[in-house]
Amino acid sequence: MFARIIALTLKELLAVLRDKRSRFVLIGPPIIQLMIFGYAATFDLNDIPLAVYNEDGGAASREFISRFEGSPHFHVIATPDHDAEIAPLIDERRALMVLHLGPRFGADLARGDSASAQIILDGRNSNTAMLALNYARTIVIDFNENWAARHGGATAPAQLVMRAWFNPTLSSRWFIIPGIVGLLTLVVTLVVTALSVAREREAGTFDQLLVTPLRPVEILIGKSLPGLLVGLIEGSLIILVAMYWFDIPLRGSVGALYVGLGLFLLSAIGVGLMISSLSITQQQGLLGAFLFLVPAVILSGFATPIENMPQAVQLLTYLDPLRYFMIVLRSVFLEGGSYTLLINQFWPMALIGLTSLTLAGWLFRHRMY
Amino acid sequence: MNRPPEPRGGTGRRLRGMVRKEFLQILRDPSSIAIAFVMPVVLLFLFGYGVSLDAKDIPLALVSDHPDTNTSGLLRAFEHSDYFTPYHYADIQTAMQALRRQRVEGIVWMREDFSRRLLGSADAPIGVIVNGVNANQARITQGYIQGVWQSWLEHYAASQGHELKAPVMVEPRVWFNAALYSRHFLVPGLIAVIMTLIGALLTSLVIAREWERGTMEALMVTPIRIREILIGKLIPYFILGMGGMLLTVALARWQFEVPLRGSFLLLLLASALFMLVALGMGLLISIVAKNQFVAGQIAIIVTFLPAFILSGFIFDINSMPAPIQVFTHLVPARYFVTIVQSLFLAGDIWPVLLPNAGALALMAVVFFALVRRRASKRLD
Repeated sequence: MFARIIALTLKELLAVLRDKRSRFVLIGPPIIQLMIFGYAATFDLNDIPLAVYNEDGGAASREFISRFEGSPHFHVIATPDHDAEIAPLIDERRALMVLHLGPRFGADLARGDSASAQIILDGRNSNTAMLALNYARTIVIDFNENWAARHGGATAPAQLVMRAWFNPTLSSRWFIIPGIVGLLTLVVTLVVTALSVAREREAGTFDQLLVTPLRPVEILIGKSLPGLLVGLIEGSLIILVAMYWFDIPLRGSVGALYVGLGLFLLSAIGVGLMISSLSITQQQGLLGAFLFLVPAVILSGFATPIENMPQAVQLLTYLDPLRYFMIVLRSVFLEGGSYTLLINQFWPMALIGLTSLTLAGWLFRHRMY
Repeated sequence: MNRPPEPRGGTGRRLRGMVRKEFLQILRDPSSIAIAFVMPVVLLFLFGYGVSLDAKDIPLALVSDHPDTNTSGLLRAFEHSDYFTPYHYADIQTAMQALRRQRVEGIVWMREDFSRRLLGSADAPIGVIVNGVNANQARITQGYIQGVWQSWLEHYAASQGHELKAPVMVEPRVWFNAALYSRHFLVPGLIAVIMTLIGALLTSLVIAREWERGTMEALMVTPIRIREILIGKLIPYFILGMGGMLLTVALARWQFEVPLRGSFLLLLLASALFMLVALGMGLLISIVAKNQFVAGQIAIIVTFLPAFILSGFIFDINSMPAPIQVFTHLVPARYFVTIVQSLFLAGDIWPVLLPNAGALALMAVVFFALVRRRASKRLD
């Protein structure tokens, strides 16, 4: 039995690795993606293009504006002199934010009235606009405290002292890169397994395989092992790059990470083989994998939090194996996760894996053409 | 099919036959239909309803070590905020445990001496801890906490009988998307992703299959010219892609109520231009790869993922490192996403439309020139 399984596994590995271009596709793209994702996928803002329209021009207004100029988050790109110049700056996306101080800014400040600072934002990217506004507010609060302290105004009687756990500098790279480990592992495993049965169906060799002494369980294992091997190797490679190239701390238990990876691969292989045994052609296999992949990534909480989704969609995410693996990855990398904390992520992946593998094995025999 | 016989050898007739064959090929394969029509709808609903960067009901732990009227005033401010779902904890240890177990996203903590320092030296600290794993979310949460704190300060000052006047008041005005709905920003960008999917991924797969099966060579020995093969392949996928685009626009407009402030005609023209670029990429990939597995992988990596990540669809291009910002200029979706976001939310802004449309036109020309060169070589 083992000899048969090993023979089939070798044959499957050869089918994927024999072709030079297929080999490259398994190794090159994931690394390229990791690099591009790692550097490009960020929600952190720096160098927000800012235009300053200062109608006042007095010392106080200049001091106020210098706070923005000195901030690493803002970068002054224009200083318009007329109202009419503001709209084109925003419309044409040259400035994300316009800071407008009216002619009475300095006078109001000196008199102890509230001086108003108008902030105009380009809302086309709502997330960027909100973050830019938050940065601006923080600068203004800081200025206010400082001004009140120097000019004998009332300072706020209570202050916020903010800290962030697990990611003290709030770098979104720390959030995104552990997620990429899951994303790329899923892509590679799914592509390898989704094509394995479909390729043989298209060539007509799957029927031959079914009439050999191999039992369906053996075919299932033989078809699963290459995906597992490729997934484990690629996954480990990406984890190493995340740790040593991007300097993401790995604070939790490596054992728990690999238990998570193993169970996740099991479920990804199950889904891949299920898609594959439903497809008649490789094209259907690939497109089927894609139809699964895109929603699976979106619903996993990779880029946007599951908690923000409506209730019905949140329920749907429980079917997504990547959802659980994302939690495992982020927990082990950043929060120091351990087996006991993650047990509730492990068993759903195991369940999804076993169910889909069983279905795939059943489909081998029952979907014939 | 009873059609009158036509004179042999006309370009029109050969082209019609080619287009008909392609259409049949699309219609007979359920997976093509799935990508062309099911995928756009699935993506739209997922993004329209599922994906949101707008946090609300953030679970927040509230701890006051020594509850009294002052601390309850601040706690009430958090309870009344729409952004938070407050949970009360008796001490900071249990609250931290809850944060560690991800039951809450953040903690607001007033120590034993809060009231004394509030009334005395007026420097009472309010401890705020947020779970920083999702940095973007954490920043937004901090912003909301700051907002609640500021409005509480005003209330508190008023209750003490004096008006708190902040030296400078921020008056924010957000143009184009006053309520900052992330849906209004995500849904228009999706049009670019969906058209890339149909134009590049589907097209490259289908044509790679012809190479793989050898039917492309069979086509080439017929009297049909290479130009006719290419045009014959383009027409059905162009129509399919524009269909997907119209469906997306209709759903965006009526299902998700995203305003379309620019002209529909311009949107249609820009989409047609982008569709040509996507088809050019799809054709080129299929000619280079000549194998479905490789074509599919290349299409995902050079067209779909960049359209997602490097186009400004979700991630802000200005925040990327400089070399990657330069690289995004090679991503056609970048130009189209800029056009679509402006047309939907801002209107017909010619200084945005013209350079971006120009870049798309240039890319279309380059891709088709490359396709023509690579394809004709094969016939020799």
